[in-house]
Formats: sequence, C-alpha cells, structure tokens
Amino acid sequence: MALAEKTAIDLGTMPEEAAALAEIRAMVQPCIQCGTCTGSCPNEFAMDLTPRHMWRLVLLGLAEEVLASRTFSLCSACYMCTLRCPRGLPLTEAIGRLKQLAARRHLPHLRSGDLFYRNFIASVRRHGRVREMEFMGLYFAQMMNPWLPLRYAGMGGRLMRRGKVALQLPSRGSGRLVKLFEKVAEMENRS
Amino acid sequence: MKYLYYPGCSLEGTAREYDISTRAFMTAMGADLAEIEGWTCCGASAAEAVSELLTLVLPARNLALAEGMAPAGRDILVPCSACYLNLRRVEEKARVSHALKERINEALAVEDLVYHGRTRTRHLLDVVSRDLGAAGIARRVVRPLSGIRVAPYYGCQCLRPYTVFDDPEAPRSMEPLIAAAGADLHAWTMGGRCCGASHMNTKMEVGLKLVGAILEAARGADVVVTVCPMCQMNLDAYQRQVARQTGVDSTMTILYLPQLLGLAIGLSPEDLRLDLNLALTGAFLEKLERTATAA
Ligand code: SF4
Ligand code: SF4
Repeated sequence: MALAEKTAIDLGTMPEEAAALAEIRAMVQPCIQCGTCTGSCPNEFAMDLTPRHMWRLVLLGLAEEVLASRTFSLCSACYMCTLRCPRGLPLTEAIGRLKQLAARRHLPHLRSGDLFYRNFIASVRRHGRVREMEFMGLYFAQMMNPWLPLRYAGMGGRLMRRGKVALQLPSRGSGRLVKLFEKVAEMENRS
Repeated sequence: MKYLYYPGCSLEGTAREYDISTRAFMTAMGADLAEIEGWTCCGASAAEAVSELLTLVLPARNLALAEGMAPAGRDILVPCSACYLNLRRVEEKARVSHALKERINEALAVEDLVYHGRTRTRHLLDVVSRDLGAAGIARRVVRPLSGIRVAPYYGCQCLRPYTVFDDPEAPRSMEPLIAAAGADLHAWTMGGRCCGASHMNTKMEVGLKLVGAILEAARGADVVVTVCPMCQMNLDAYQRQVARQTGVDSTMTILYLPQLLGLAIGLSPEDLRLDLNLALTGAFLEKLERTATAA
C-alpha cells in the first residue's frame, strides 16, 4: 500500500520532478508525430503505449500516464529511433531521463528493472568494478521471487564451471568509488 | 600501433575469452595494448537509469586516467560496445559544452583528476577494420576458414548513435574481415538489430523474443560473430530457453570477432579460450578441424 500511495504523488508537486519533466518536454518539443520512432523500435510489440504516443503524452504534460506505462522501461537503448527521427530528436536520451525520474519514485510496476539497476550501481560504488555474481545475488534476493533464479540456474552453472563468475574478486586497480558517488549526489541535490 | 586499453567489467568476468582473445589477436597483429591503470566501471547501462551526472562522471574518470598515461594523446581501444558508447558520449558532449566539462571536472576533483578532452575512444571493430584492415589481416592468414559460413552480428551501440566507421542501418564493416579470414558470408539483415541488452535480466520474455528472431535468421550459418559481451551473452547463454519458447532448435555457435580472426591467423583454440564459450556446436568444431588439416 505504501508503494501505491507513493505513485499517487502528483507530478509537479515536487519541484525537482517538474524541472526534470520540463527538460524532457523541451527535448521532444519539435516532434511532428510521424511515427517513425514506433516503426523503428524492436521492443514496440511489448509496449502498452507506442513510442509516438508516449511522446505525445509528454508534450501534453500527461506525465502520470507515461510513468504508469511500461513503454520507457522497455527501451533497450538501441538508438534506432534516435537515428531515424526526422526531427533529429535525442529520443533515447529523453527515455533515459524518464527512467531516472521513475527510479527516484521506485514505481512498483517497474520493480525488477529498478532493483537490478540499483544493485548494479551499489556494487560499482563499493568495488569500483562490477562483480556480476554479487549483484545478481542481491537482485534475486530482493525480488523475493523464489523461482526467478531458477530461470538462470542452468546458465549460472555453466558460467561457474568455466570459472567466469568465481573470478570476480576485486582486482588490481579497482578502488572504491564512494567519494566520487557522494560528490555526484551532492552536486545533483544542489542543482 | 599503440593503444590504451579499457577492458571493462564484463571482460574480467563473464566475457574473459573476449579479453584474452582481443589481447592475443591484437598482439599477434603487432599492436601494443597498455591497460588503463586503475580503471573503474563505466556505469554500463545502469548509470543512465539512475543519474544523469553519474552517466558522465563514471566514464570521465577513466578518460582522465587515460590522459594521465598518454598526455600527448593515444587512442583508447574498447571491445565492449556499451563501455565504448559511455566513454565516447563524454568525449562528444564535452567537446561541444565547456560547462559540462567543468561540471564533470568539479566531480573528478575529489579524486584529484582532470579530464581535458584530449582522448579518442575507439571500438575494437573500428580499429580492426580500419587500422589493421582486411588486407593486413589477409596477409597473416595461415589457416583459411574455408567452408565456414559466418553471420556478422554488430548489435547497436558500436553503430549508433555515433556514426564513426560503418553504416548505422546496414553495417558491413565485418564482411571484408570475414572474406580475409577465408570464410563465407551468411548474408542477412539482422546484423544491426537489437538483442535486447539487459532485458534478459529484467524482462526475459521480451529478451527471448528478440534473441529468438536473431538466432532464427542465423540458421544456415555455422557461426555468429559478435563484438560485444552483452550481445554474446544474450545470443549464447539462452539458446535452450529460446528453443523451449519457440519449439525450434536454435543451437548456434557464437564467437567473438577476435576469436574467429585469431583462428585464421594461426592462434590455437586454447590461446583464444574457445573452451569458455557457452555454445560451440559439434558441427562447427568438425568444420574447424577440417580447416586445420587443410592448412
Ligand atoms: S520519429 Fe521523431 S518526430 Fe516522428 S513521432 Fe517519433 S519523436 Fe516524433
Ligand atoms: S532506442 Fe529505445 S525506444 Fe528507441 S527504438 Fe531503440 S528500444 Fe525503441
């Protein structure tokens, strides 16, 4: 319930969200709704809103509908829409901004991606480099979806037999990035 | 041919054979690779989903270290397409925005690092196809891969959004390299089609669809060649799941480009760590065997 309430927070009531949204809107302002982005997207089959429709909603300021959709989280950053958009808009980057906005809200329908990315980044912060096995373990534990790791079990076994995941110990030169992360957070909160 | 070398996290873990075969092949071709000392993660595809500034600062840290090693400037060779794009993005953006560069440097100052904007990040495929060149490789071929049909898979981020060495819609830079190795080309239109990137971890059903379509189009080839650890993992680690979903056998050998080219210039499967690849079919190994006896 707590999570559901959180999603109900109106966009724009938080000033930093309003500013982030205004930026995204400015990025796609020249959109002519031609649909080239939709026709170019390899993930469109799984999206609830088409990319073209999503940009329309962004322009109309209907960000709540955009954030309630799965569309932006299904972008795999192939840059095909960015390449082909006749207005030359930075669409993949604008989707990245939407992902950041959503990440700050911890939206429940985007939970798997959210946890995946947060654990990944936490691992980088601690070790400087990613230790794939550690962050995958944390990710599975937090998803609390007991059958989920099983889908990866066969692969995990094959990786382990080849010594691909056991070797993920901190290596020479990999330092902690805590100071840098703290600085970035400080700068982002300031702006 | 001297390069600074940024392996990236995957090449220390799940993609060790990409690291080993890149070093072995490039060295055999006469290139000199110096690993960036103290390199750290570029943020992969995760930083962009979390923080805009982090997306720039994490790669910039490595660029600053690279500048420290070669103040006069030297190309940075990157085999992973995601790392390549992350590093390159900083170069492109900092070139046009001084304010952005200042912001990056404000963050880097906590580590006493400065990024001046003098680096040039290049993808492995760019270096292999333009610096080594098909002709340069052909001269070194001692074991032509005759009768082996290769499907070149480029993926996305070495091609887009920055158009540097190939056509971002219909890439062809691997074709002369495959010909130089004495192999046959599996002509297809899926070379630049997305494999789903990290969807396999977060939205597996979607990832399986994309990978399934690529493996389906590869049928008839003996091997698919990749230039990115994420593409490689998606194509070679989930073939059973794809088969379960589609009901069609999608077994396919997937090799990294330097593994394929390395075989052709006489490096052994052990040198190139073919034993670490997850999917190697018996049919492919038999054909490879035949090229050895013919040579
Ligand atoms: S391709 Fe560009 S102009 Fe066309 S609908 Fe998409 S965003 Fe708008
Ligand atoms: S960059 Fe994202 S939204 Fe654009 S075509 Fe690729 S997957 Fe679709």
